[in-house]
Amino acid sequence: MVNIEMETCRLTDYADLESYRANLQAKKTENKVITICCGTGCLAYGASKIGQSFKDEIKNQGLEGTVSVKFTGCQGFCERGPLVVIRPENILYQRVKPEDVSRIVTETIRNDLILDDLLYTIPSTNEKVRCEEDVPFYKKQLRLVFGTNGYIDPTSLDDYIQAGGYQALNKVLSSMSPDEVVDEIKISGLRGRGGGGFATGAKWEITREAPGELKYVICNCDEGDPGAFMDRSLMEGNPHSIIEGMVIAAYAVGARQGYIYIRNEYPVALKNSEIAIKKAEEKGLLGKNILGTGFDFSIKISRGGGAFVCGESTALMASIEGRTGEPRANYIHTSEKGLWERPTLLNNVETLANIPLIINKGAEWFYGIGTGNSKGTKIFSLVGKVHNTGLIEVPMGITLREIIYEIGGGIPGGKKFKAVQTGGPSGGCLPEEKLDLSVDFDELSRAGSMMGSGAMIVMDEDNCMVDIARYFLSFLEEESCGKCVPCREGLKRMRQILDRIIEGKGQDEDIELLIDLSESLTMGALCGLGGSAGNPVLSTIRHFKDEYVAHIQEKRCPAGVCKPLIRYYIVEANCNGCSLCIKECPADAISFQGKKQPVKLDQDKCTKCGACYDICRLNAVEVK
Amino acid sequence: MVTLTINGREFSGASGQTLLNIAQKAGIDIPTLCHSHAVSDYGACRVCLVEVEKRNRKRLVTACLYPIEEGLKVATDSERVIKVRKTIIELLLARAPDSNDIKELATKYGIEASRFRDVTETSNDNCILCGLCNRVCAEVVGVDAISLVNRGTRREVALPFYDETNDCIACGACSYICPTKAIQMKDTKEIRTMIWPNSKADFKMQQCESCGVHYAPVKQLEYIALKSGLSVSEFNNCPDCRH
Repeated sequence: MVNIEMETCRLTDYADLESYRANLQAKKTENKVITICCGTGCLAYGASKIGQSFKDEIKNQGLEGTVSVKFTGCQGFCERGPLVVIRPENILYQRVKPEDVSRIVTETIRNDLILDDLLYTIPSTNEKVRCEEDVPFYKKQLRLVFGTNGYIDPTSLDDYIQAGGYQALNKVLSSMSPDEVVDEIKISGLRGRGGGGFATGAKWEITREAPGELKYVICNCDEGDPGAFMDRSLMEGNPHSIIEGMVIAAYAVGARQGYIYIRNEYPVALKNSEIAIKKAEEKGLLGKNILGTGFDFSIKISRGGGAFVCGESTALMASIEGRTGEPRANYIHTSEKGLWERPTLLNNVETLANIPLIINKGAEWFYGIGTGNSKGTKIFSLVGKVHNTGLIEVPMGITLREIIYEIGGGIPGGKKFKAVQTGGPSGGCLPEEKLDLSVDFDELSRAGSMMGSGAMIVMDEDNCMVDIARYFLSFLEEESCGKCVPCREGLKRMRQILDRIIEGKGQDEDIELLIDLSESLTMGALCGLGGSAGNPVLSTIRHFKDEYVAHIQEKRCPAGVCKPLIRYYIVEANCNGCSLCIKECPADAISFQGKKQPVKLDQDKCTKCGACYDICRLNAVEVK
Repeated sequence: MVTLTINGREFSGASGQTLLNIAQKAGIDIPTLCHSHAVSDYGACRVCLVEVEKRNRKRLVTACLYPIEEGLKVATDSERVIKVRKTIIELLLARAPDSNDIKELATKYGIEASRFRDVTETSNDNCILCGLCNRVCAEVVGVDAISLVNRGTRREVALPFYDETNDCIACGACSYICPTKAIQMKDTKEIRTMIWPNSKADFKMQQCESCGVHYAPVKQLEYIALKSGLSVSEFNNCPDCRH
């Protein structure tokens, strides 16, 4: 959607920005806004087509000027997309199809009638929920960083300003010294959201105090964890909040040049951040002489080439410098010697998006949210075996149980919860006993997992933990840069050992060997990727050792996943010969034996794909 | 001057020196594979890991890269150091089972055989990817004729595009510096053959106009001429006949 900005002139001082904002707010004429989620998930479901239909329908029904259509960033509830919210009532319609558009406009917009069939239904009670904020998925959340994501058009600077954007920058530039800004961030207790959890204020202070005229600020948007997409959604949905955070950071540490390192696989985030930079520059909020204060700071976008390791700070900087994305020893901190050997502040997307909030609402307010050493909220991508997958923002200290059962709606298909994997590929798997663990940096580390960047993958009884460990390990093996021995050779050996166990060729000493290799990796690897790569193995051995033992000693996969160790059987007593499985079997391994007769499975032909098991409605296929 | 303790003994050195510098000067044995005083340090082989203690926090760092710090406590052979170092040597032994240097190192640490039974995925070229060859080529020779390519387990030393290169001058520095003899240099009379783990190339040798001996690769002499500003004809005779 093309946005016609009200004015294209530069803002030359603080008062100018505030009067511009007041003007925007006063000119608002529409009394209803239809917001269509255009996060990557909803776009994939066809959100842009729905948006266009809404625009056409508004025009056809002569509602232009009173009703506006807005394409917003990710609203989080990806599972139920495409999402349409009618504001200010916040009526949430989910899984909307283009053919629903005309009746939404006629009934809901014109006549204030609710279309029940498009509302979200709570599975346990069958209750229809009308408003976004009453949907259980949203109810337990505390959407601060995501606060405006569902309200503003990410390509419109006016939208951001109208919602209070760049107010924090205004405050910082007009009334705070750089030291005061650093202090404010220190007091807030904010810790890096990229994985390390280093105190943000302390990092800013070290960078500020590092000698050198030339300093850099880098925003790390190289989110490569399988199942993680919070940084992408923030960059897609609210790029100005990150830019504002970066400008404030630059002012605090004394930098004039910034970089956003963003994965090329994130086209929407890339496009929206490019637009945002351009618009902020035009308005005098970025670039030379920001808001007439004489402070200069510009941002360049550096596109990542798809290597997971480039999310690691030193590899990321090597990549920006045009070298191979390979980590180096960081015995001298990036804050002192980073990009081109200059003091560099490297913060993650979500960390930077928190900055304007802290400045606007105050460090004490932020400090009041969360637990002991973990303050504020954290965005998680909740995926895997839960009803409500999507992006959630929760206060630190919430329990895993609340996240999985209340926000996530529990495990589908009546299955039993087995584990939750937090922290991305090098995080750990936590079992049921840990469900009441309060989610914060320290508690997760203590339990053998980590906060990481915020991926949260829920697994049920059908997941084999040895197989899961192998999956994450092979991901890391694939993504290891190969520079240091423990990571390159160690991961390969660990994967080979797991392969062996999965094939039923495991030996008793393999568990010890895996632990040994993991520990050597943790202590001996060059960078954070290798240093945490043993976690999936260590945490699964720690919490699910019985599954390893079953594979090694009994040559059995308890979850029925590892193909070399399982077989499918027809339970003759349950089978009525309906033949659904015969049609489904890709290997022609099942044969018809006559009406009402149980079918027959040829083990020699069976590829163990599980198609028969999935399709059978009579529990007549068994896996052992 | 910076003062620190290594294995309980006090040492001092100029700021900017590494733990390895100090230890080597003091005669404390720390094994290395990817370190050479001729090139910049890289920290890839990890056998020089030592344990440092700072503000009551202990961690393992590579001695070749860690800059000395005031009051730092260093242990070069703590239980943790030995445990991790042994595992790393074992991993290297599985990768390069025929390398004498690695075998010696393994023997020194009491490793009789690697516990990694499955050697099917091992490349038997003895290269441990320490990166000395490409560093010497870039930093000392200045030609950048070989580099480390690919990622992770597919990483290897290679000529550009795995093809015979115009950049290599057949000086043999990579072969001299290689700690596992994974790069070989073979001279017949007229030809020098450079053999890298996955490729090889032949180079013509210059024949001395006086004594007839084939004394150096033509390309290397051309490179020296280019760098020194001398004419190529200066190298028509071997060093002995020149005097």
